[in-house]
Amino acid sequence: MAEPPSYARHRDGGQPPYLYPDYASTVKRAPMRPLIRFEHTLSEITGPSFVSGWAGPEATDLTREHAGEPLGERIIVTGRILDEDERPLPNTLVELWQCNAAGRYRHPVDQHDAPLDPNFTGAGQAITDGDGRYRFVTIKPGAYPWRNQPNAWRPAHLHFGVFGGGFVARLITQMYFPGDPLLQYDPIYNSTADRQARERLIADYDPNLSEPEWALGYAFDMVLRGREETPFEVQ
Amino acid sequence: MAAKLIPTPGQTVGPFFALGLDRPEWADMTRHNPQGERLTIEGRVVDGDGAAVPDALIELWQANAAGRYDHLADEQADKKIDPNFHGYGRVATDAEGRFRIRTIKPGPVPGRGNALQAPHINVAFFARGLLRQLHTRIYFSDEPANASDPLLSSIDEESVRRTLIARRGEGGVYRFDFVLQGENETAFLDL
Repeated sequence: MAEPPSYARHRDGGQPPYLYPDYASTVKRAPMRPLIRFEHTLSEITGPSFVSGWAGPEATDLTREHAGEPLGERIIVTGRILDEDERPLPNTLVELWQCNAAGRYRHPVDQHDAPLDPNFTGAGQAITDGDGRYRFVTIKPGAYPWRNQPNAWRPAHLHFGVFGGGFVARLITQMYFPGDPLLQYDPIYNSTADRQARERLIADYDPNLSEPEWALGYAFDMVLRGREETPFEVQ
Repeated sequence: MAAKLIPTPGQTVGPFFALGLDRPEWADMTRHNPQGERLTIEGRVVDGDGAAVPDALIELWQANAAGRYDHLADEQADKKIDPNFHGYGRVATDAEGRFRIRTIKPGPVPGRGNALQAPHINVAFFARGLLRQLHTRIYFSDEPANASDPLLSSIDEESVRRTLIARRGEGGVYRFDFVLQGENETAFLDL
């Protein structure tokens, strides 16, 4: 039997390291032993499929889940889930969570002195269409303080979770907004050494996606690991 | 050949992921009544100080009882798909760093070449303080096929190999701890 087509390895600097002391929580949580390299098998190149709908219905408008409208700047965030070879990933699960416009998460651990919004929960999910596209309507999250370093503030961000074809291509990431002055001070954003890879995390403002008198539009594609180059067959 | 796109970097799941990702029902992979031997896996996640990690997310991917993955790339025609088992589970740790999942024992699956892999569950591990996921596997202590498993066989040190093996206890409950650093550090994989 032919070997299954492996997923391409990440290139140097294209992903954050595990140990990154500027992000203090990595110091006691990053593994210290070298990782064990293992060539992909069926276990790595397969992964969950969402075609049957078991993950539940879509919830793509985070502004319409309560009696009233949430406070904040209404935004549309849309894009495609692709692999490195620009192949779209249809029927895959995209999960989103975020804080409200004041910078507060609806989560018991978040004690930031900013108000909760009774009209905003901050979680949604989409299943990509045949073209690998998702679309959410939400509000722009606020910046919020954290205790990583003195006077540290996280830039405004959305959390995204996405599944690729194989379990090794699973991605959990964050989307940032263009022009945010906090990005240059944020160790989580800056943990990826390669500038072009890092800038993948910043959405594009797209006037064509904005809807007049209603919401600002942002484009954000997420690119997952693709397959290794197939060597030419030698006859 | 066309230039490849640059992949999106991972970013930490952070401390508030439960808002979007915690689906307690997904910790029970037997909820649709699949075929196979029921089992429970429970354990704890600790950091380099031995302190509980209360904000970890453990994702599981496994074959069904026959050893077939519910995915197009698995073309093993001799093994049936189980319509009641899609193979994916997820659990978050509690305030003491503990977790528990219910699933079925996966069958053995093919490895590379003519190798057969011992029954195992693939794990993607996320936490605050991890900028991207760690990969590992859960094997089973009472499984004779472990002796010829390609991954386990590739690890020389018994002290490292055993971190990948869930220990069977009373009543079909297996114990598997994630130790992020230190003496019994879990073996994580470069995939």
